[in-house]
Amino acid sequence: MRQFRPQDEVDFVIIGSGAAGGIMAKQLSTAGFSVVVLEQGGWGKYGREQEYTKDELLNRNPSWEDRLMSDPGGRQPNTFRRSEGEDTVPGSHSYGCVVGGGTVTYGGSSWRHLPWEFNEASVVGTIEGTGLADWPITYEELEPYYTQAEWEMGISGLRVDSPFVAPMSREYPVPPVPMKSSGALFEVAAAKLGLTVVPGPLAIITQPYMGRSGCVNCGMCSGFGCHVRARSSSAVTVLPLAVETGNCEIRARSYVREISVDNSGRVTGAVYFNADRQEVFQRARAVVLSANASESARLLLLSASNGFPDGLANSSGLVGRYLMLGNGASASGLMEHPLNDYKGVVSGTGILDFVPSDPDRGFYGGGRLTSRGYATPISYGLNGLSPDAPRWGAGYKQALREQAGHRFTINCFTTQLPLETNRVDLDPELRDDWGLPAMRITSASHPDDIANMEFFRQRSIEILEAAGATNIWASPVRDSRGSAHNRGTCRMGNDPATSVVDRYHRAHDVPNLFIVDGSNLVTGGRNHPTMTIQALAFRAADHLIDAARTGDLASGT
Amino acid sequence: MGTPGKSRRSFLIDSVSGLGGVWVLANYPGILAAAEYASEAAESDIAPEFAFFTPEQALQVEAMAAQIIPTDDTPGAREARVIVFIDRALVTFDRDRQEDYTQGLAQLESQVNQHFPGSREFSDLTFDQQIHILTEIEDTPFFNLVRTHTITGFFASPLHGGNHDKVGWRLVSYDDSLDHEPPFGYYDALPLNRR
Repeated sequence: MRQFRPQDEVDFVIIGSGAAGGIMAKQLSTAGFSVVVLEQGGWGKYGREQEYTKDELLNRNPSWEDRLMSDPGGRQPNTFRRSEGEDTVPGSHSYGCVVGGGTVTYGGSSWRHLPWEFNEASVVGTIEGTGLADWPITYEELEPYYTQAEWEMGISGLRVDSPFVAPMSREYPVPPVPMKSSGALFEVAAAKLGLTVVPGPLAIITQPYMGRSGCVNCGMCSGFGCHVRARSSSAVTVLPLAVETGNCEIRARSYVREISVDNSGRVTGAVYFNADRQEVFQRARAVVLSANASESARLLLLSASNGFPDGLANSSGLVGRYLMLGNGASASGLMEHPLNDYKGVVSGTGILDFVPSDPDRGFYGGGRLTSRGYATPISYGLNGLSPDAPRWGAGYKQALREQAGHRFTINCFTTQLPLETNRVDLDPELRDDWGLPAMRITSASHPDDIANMEFFRQRSIEILEAAGATNIWASPVRDSRGSAHNRGTCRMGNDPATSVVDRYHRAHDVPNLFIVDGSNLVTGGRNHPTMTIQALAFRAADHLIDAARTGDLASGT
Repeated sequence: MGTPGKSRRSFLIDSVSGLGGVWVLANYPGILAAAEYASEAAESDIAPEFAFFTPEQALQVEAMAAQIIPTDDTPGAREARVIVFIDRALVTFDRDRQEDYTQGLAQLESQVNQHFPGSREFSDLTFDQQIHILTEIEDTPFFNLVRTHTITGFFASPLHGGNHDKVGWRLVSYDDSLDHEPPFGYYDALPLNRR
């Protein structure tokens, strides 16, 4: 791997190596630019993925070296509250923290946003008290980049003609995962209820593709690293290609504490703690911030300076705001025969009829229902049984035996309205393990979001009944507290007063700072943000390359 | 304990050699300690020692585990050697729970004495007496800690000392081959019109 010296001014420092950072690294280095990627997490099993553990206990209790997610109970603490007046409680927000970021362990859902999700404020109308707004770009503008992302990352799926699925200009590169029993039961229910079942697009390849092997349905999937390199993470796709160019250096265990600026208000590089906790300043012509919606916002706030007293790129005061953590609903039941859904991917099938918002429901909202019955053995034993089962003793053992493999679960991924009051900022008291102000999350969903979650909970129960499930249970809907799918915080827009970056991801306030990740999402879609983040990254890279080639990172494209 | 020293020694050694040696040293020093105890015990022909529990404590915890997942016509927590898992957990990834066990077991002993004067230990009680005590404490943090450890040990890889002979996985028909072909279950094996 090419190595740069901190005092050498590289073309780009990229902060974060996940869904967006990995793509930016590959595109910029392939175009001939020098790139240093600073990743907070470790290497994981980069390049030796066959060593990823499939041991559920080890995966639950990773050593610091093997950790794939941030550690909110340890080195990366955060605090949480529902509203500004409230006292905070310890937060549980956690994100991918390894070379490859969250793509190393995610379930792999790769739904595109639908065309009308880019101008939903115009389609359904603005909603009082919310930040529901149109994006500054259209689906048509992003469509080629969705296709590029699907083919360069390796997405399995089936192109379908449906009003509930985004139109595609090209097939998926590999066929969908095999239908599981939970998917087959979705079909049974859908046939009775007149609903539409679609195989879900997944970042999990089902046959050899671009030098990687297909999924073996091991069942230790979401939350685990993939030992056969079937999960199309940044770590097995774009990052190795970036390194191969000879123009890209990835530095793991590099925790950025500040994006630095000069007196003219231009970014000069980034200061980070290396693995030995020594501070290093890496000089760069431009900085690409791809640290995920929560950490990107926090880093901008941590980078306050004389010229930017409220945080870098924050003249709008909106850095950290319009946070969308990700809402959902769930219901389960027991089937007469075993599904054995512990085999294979977490979920491969969706019911999509409720994707659009429908004014007849009386509230704004939509979402997808996904089928699953997934339970690894320890999690099955600890919390996999129906709530009426005994917790220990002969009855518990009997329930373990009887319910094994019989559970059918529906997980729904639903809308969350962008609210200015939902935000990431700096906790005034708590510090992280490096002594920096910890992340504070303030979030309470809009009443429509809660009503929508309840709507999906009810639909889930109906579908379970139609499929023939008995003993159905569905815990009350709960507002989100964080973790995967966080979006918003540095929204994209044409007006510097109401957005943080422009339509090409350039910070309105800083000519050589680009923010590319889930933070840019103006609206959250139906949850499932990764494919849109990846498409945005390919598009952002194209424009950034043009700007850099003209030698003018200052004046836009 | 019903755990012959020789087999314990062999599975501990298997578990160590099954992982990268450097990794084990860095992360699970207790595994090596436990392996040494076991192998010394096997060679000296004395009952195997635990890394954390006294033999007396181990008896009590194993009796609790055997009530949480009892033995019937199929093996339970005892045959799964969950006690070995818990002992190892308490010197490795859950070493900060040692005090919870020490205090919890002392508390358990006083409850036994209070309810059933004349009985010294939980493990001395009859089956029904044990259930009586556990029902009384089933909402306590200590019981839930033992429950979590028992279930975790029962279903974790045998590498970690419990789930001996994969009895936990067998109970729930879990196929650990990590390589599956469809059809996976009953419903995906049927054509749509017969589901």
